[in-house]
Amino acid sequence: MYNTNYHRAESTDDAIAKLGASDDGKFVSGGQTLIPTMKQRLAAPSDLIDLCHIEAMKGITIDGNQITIGAATCHADVATSKELAAVCPAICDLASHIGDPHVRNMGTIGGSIANNDPAADYPSAMMALNAQIMTNKRTIDTDDFFTGMFDTALEEDEIITAVTFPAPAKAAYSKFPNPASRYAMAGVFVAKLKNGMARVGVTGAGSDGVFRHEGMEEALTSDWSADAIADASVDEGDMLSDLHGDAAYRANLVKVMAKRAVEKAG
Amino acid sequence: MSSLTMTVNGSEVSGDVEDRTLLVEFIREHLRLTGTHVGCDTSQCGACVVHVDGKAVKSCTMLAAQANGCDVTTIEGVANGDLHPMQTAFKENHGLQCGFCTPGMIMSAIDMVNRKGKDLDEATIRSELEGNICRCTGYHNIVKSIQDGASKM
Repeated sequence: MYNTNYHRAESTDDAIAKLGASDDGKFVSGGQTLIPTMKQRLAAPSDLIDLCHIEAMKGITIDGNQITIGAATCHADVATSKELAAVCPAICDLASHIGDPHVRNMGTIGGSIANNDPAADYPSAMMALNAQIMTNKRTIDTDDFFTGMFDTALEEDEIITAVTFPAPAKAAYSKFPNPASRYAMAGVFVAKLKNGMARVGVTGAGSDGVFRHEGMEEALTSDWSADAIADASVDEGDMLSDLHGDAAYRANLVKVMAKRAVEKAG
Repeated sequence: MSSLTMTVNGSEVSGDVEDRTLLVEFIREHLRLTGTHVGCDTSQCGACVVHVDGKAVKSCTMLAAQANGCDVTTIEGVANGDLHPMQTAFKENHGLQCGFCTPGMIMSAIDMVNRKGKDLDEATIRSELEGNICRCTGYHNIVKSIQDGASKM
């Protein structure tokens, strides 16, 4: 790892000021992607500004039907929150299968979403749950937030502070992990919102990162059943194709994972 | 450079280190506590697992500066006079061959019991060991050791 200067931010304003004072600084949250990337010398920020000690960015609050998860909340806390499990068990289940137990104690929802790894789990849930991404500057609709592989609508000096979404009527996540890396080769989060609309977020498979599958959404909105999406078409041209699985394989996986998720949601 | 102070195995320690120093480097090279191992150095094998503020983390994937002010427990800190029950269980059940992964296995196993209780079934243990890799044992005796150690904790 190249040398860097570590700073602990006490607030988002403090973090922005510290970033502004640095040559080529980066925000770090749990660091479970950024630290390994720095060790490989694929990233070499002059300064690291740690967001994990900003109290206002931690914790889960449930206000009636609305769920808000602070950006610095680690995966283990999402996975084991009884309050969250009572209103949206699907997101607890998703969080319980990210990485391994040690990674889940460090990695955060804000870091995962800001990084927008094409195989990350959380972005699919944000898409399906129609979440809003709250930052120190504004609130961004999920459909406007994820702008391509490793790319988001975030500006350089913008920090995710929380994500918020309404509790769905039903939801579930199903993923096919790569047998070696355990990253999703296809992961599908399905949600039936309380207004009756179905939304489907797909991760791991798309050649441009996370996406919504509108064909399946229409089918599931009129008939919430695995059979309803049996004939859905997933465009191979939009799929990743690599040594782990070609585009045709991934297109089929997306459909299989979607059907499993609907069955799991009940 | 950062001046760090943290509690390691119950004693307050401090040191001046470069900010890029990993927690595992601080533990092994500055504190000379070499029980914590570096296996893969790519966040996958779990040989470097320690507890930071009571939670199991990979010390090769955390800067020492991130742990500034924290309470750290390494494999050297789990025994209290006699071996920890989990250490004894690994010994009695032949839960190790070369032993390189064992410190991480034991730190993960203790964390597993802290989170999931003493009554652990085989499927739970195998699933919870996702972040710990062993090249020798085929995991069978590790699972047996954890089940035995958990019941005695």
